[in-house]
Amino acid sequence: MSKIKCQCGHENPFGTVLCERCGRPQTEEAKASQLVDMRYEGSARRSQTYNRSIVDRIWNFFSSVKIGISIIIAVLVTSAIGTAFPQKLYVPATTEVELAAYYERLYWLFGTAYYKLGFHDMYNSWWFITLIGMLGISIIIASVDRVIPLYKSLKRQRTKRHPSFMKKQRIYGEGPTEKPDVSLGKAEEKLKKLRYNVKTEDGALLAEKNRFSRWGPYVNHTGLIIFFIGILLRGIPGFYVDETMWLLEGDTKAVPGATGYYLESKKFTMETYTKDEAGEVFGEALDRVGMIAKNYQTDVALYKDKEGALPGSGDQEFVKDYSIIVNDPLNFDGFNVFQMDYRQDEDLKSMTFQLMEKSTEKSLGEFTVNLVDPEQNYEIAEGASVVLSDYYPDFDGMENGEPKSKSSIPNNPAFIFKMITPEKPKGEMSFVAIQQTLETEENAYKVKFVSAEMRDKSGFVVRKDKTLYILLLGGIIFMIGVIQGSYWNHRRIWIQKGLDNELLIAGHTNKNWFSLKKELDKVQDFADLPAYEDRQDKESNLEIKEGEQS
Amino acid sequence: MAKADKKKKRLIIRTIVLLLLVSVVIYAVAFKDKVKVLAVGDMAPDFELVDLEGNKHRLSDYKGQGVFLNFWGTWCGPCKKEMPHMEKLHKEFEGKDVQILALTIKDPPLKVKAFRDQYELTFPIAIDKTEVVKEAYNISPLPTTFLINDKGKIQKIIKWAMSEEEIRSHMESIQPK
Repeated sequence: MSKIKCQCGHENPFGTVLCERCGRPQTEEAKASQLVDMRYEGSARRSQTYNRSIVDRIWNFFSSVKIGISIIIAVLVTSAIGTAFPQKLYVPATTEVELAAYYERLYWLFGTAYYKLGFHDMYNSWWFITLIGMLGISIIIASVDRVIPLYKSLKRQRTKRHPSFMKKQRIYGEGPTEKPDVSLGKAEEKLKKLRYNVKTEDGALLAEKNRFSRWGPYVNHTGLIIFFIGILLRGIPGFYVDETMWLLEGDTKAVPGATGYYLESKKFTMETYTKDEAGEVFGEALDRVGMIAKNYQTDVALYKDKEGALPGSGDQEFVKDYSIIVNDPLNFDGFNVFQMDYRQDEDLKSMTFQLMEKSTEKSLGEFTVNLVDPEQNYEIAEGASVVLSDYYPDFDGMENGEPKSKSSIPNNPAFIFKMITPEKPKGEMSFVAIQQTLETEENAYKVKFVSAEMRDKSGFVVRKDKTLYILLLGGIIFMIGVIQGSYWNHRRIWIQKGLDNELLIAGHTNKNWFSLKKELDKVQDFADLPAYEDRQDKESNLEIKEGEQS
Repeated sequence: MAKADKKKKRLIIRTIVLLLLVSVVIYAVAFKDKVKVLAVGDMAPDFELVDLEGNKHRLSDYKGQGVFLNFWGTWCGPCKKEMPHMEKLHKEFEGKDVQILALTIKDPPLKVKAFRDQYELTFPIAIDKTEVVKEAYNISPLPTTFLINDKGKIQKIIKWAMSEEEIRSHMESIQPK
């Protein structure tokens, strides 16, 4: 790993292609070639020099652009496969068994393989996260390994280069001029007008512009890394919340993900367009389609545990009232609560019954049972009352002669009523369910269903995303890098005196050679420089010559 | 000498950078979906609920005692089976610094009271009306029992109905020494 000593006396690091100082080619390959490879200024990429310890090998693995590209391709291919069948999130299944069955039923063998390999939940699979992580590592290491040597060699570059360096540039010309010093002076003047930074040294001149364009890719990578960091932060508590929440009218529930906050639904409203307001044009559409929704709205109240109050203590303070409509979420403390879904008339709120004498069908009066928090006793008339002995909110048949409820949600309420009347002061028992009444012995009275009151349910999504600004920053830096690297070009022009009255000119740019030549032509005209040629674009040289002849 | 120093420095820097980057990736893979879930060894989230008798119960008031925190529902069959065992052992362990707290989620108070009377339960029962405690403890199946030791840490999470013997051994395990 010795240093390479150039003829000019400069010591270059091992692996250098072009001398950092004078530009003389250092490798046999570079010496033999017609044109030099100016990528990274011919500097030694450290990655390619040391390959000794395990650490160095891993480092070099990630530093390789080939590996980087392979990782990108792997991400692209797996992402593409991941879109073949629906992701887990969109599959109507809750358990793993159901999931497996779903994919097998719809996509046979492919579905099973898809499920087994974890493509159904790709973004959370260990291999996809690892792949993205490797991409991140590759971007960081490859950038660091290139930007530092590039920066150093651009900083160290000398004004006067060795003629062999000039001769191997794509744009090169040599020839005699009458007054080389005057030409050099004029060239400097013109180049300055063209906004080049001009340095002179010992009969040589270096004009350079837009060097910052070379940092574009690295700025871009920095943005990308910031973006990745933002996504990583989503996994840390407090940065990102994405929860769903169902809330019934009249209920107050803790907001999932937002500890200490409670939401009460006061009313859910769904409005549709009426024919009157739709007018002639949309009236037809209404006829054709039926109902068209105009508004989904939930009027809510937000509460918060008081300072120092524990969750569940009920020691809350009112924060605010709000009407959540689509695209107008409730905001608090970094959270957004969005109106996302609704269920109308599916949930029972209360039921109203009549106490009725069977023989005469005469009603003694009505009473209403709140199905969420029922009362025990209902006074109906003088000497007549009903006692709710037992209540089964979600009646699911009999078990060992006892009624059974399968949840606490009033989906299919059933009741055991004790009816106390002047005739039967001891009370008669009756089991009442929907469409069903059971009696242990023949009763004189019955409880008759009159009506039910329903309530609506609102579906919310609770979201908090503190990483949004990090993602935005990453995105902006990413774009700055793209713009910096694509809309500006790093151009350099070298002019130096050769033997006798000769002048050598050479030019290099990282892209857009046409503009470089246009600028060089202006300088050439003004300063009477020798003709140059573009050695990779023979056709344009031909055009120039033809142009000169006519 | 200078060269060897430089090489050593380079090796150290590269090792540190690689370790850092790799540990970030490992972190991302390991914690991709385990963030929210309460686990054994965590501090049990504090709460305050009012029981059927109107007494306030704060979890933090039981520091220094073991707490057998049971989530149940009046409609849940397996819960009914373990309730009598819990009642029996409650009487046995009451003086031994192990407290039972039973929480139901959104059950109608009428039902809960009827249930308590039917099974003659004497340990405190509270209704988590706003589901705030359910949310904090991430409860999905019923019954679920959290064993909380005298330091307020979760010692075990049991997601099924237990026999009398199981309950006894669990209660012994959270009894302060």
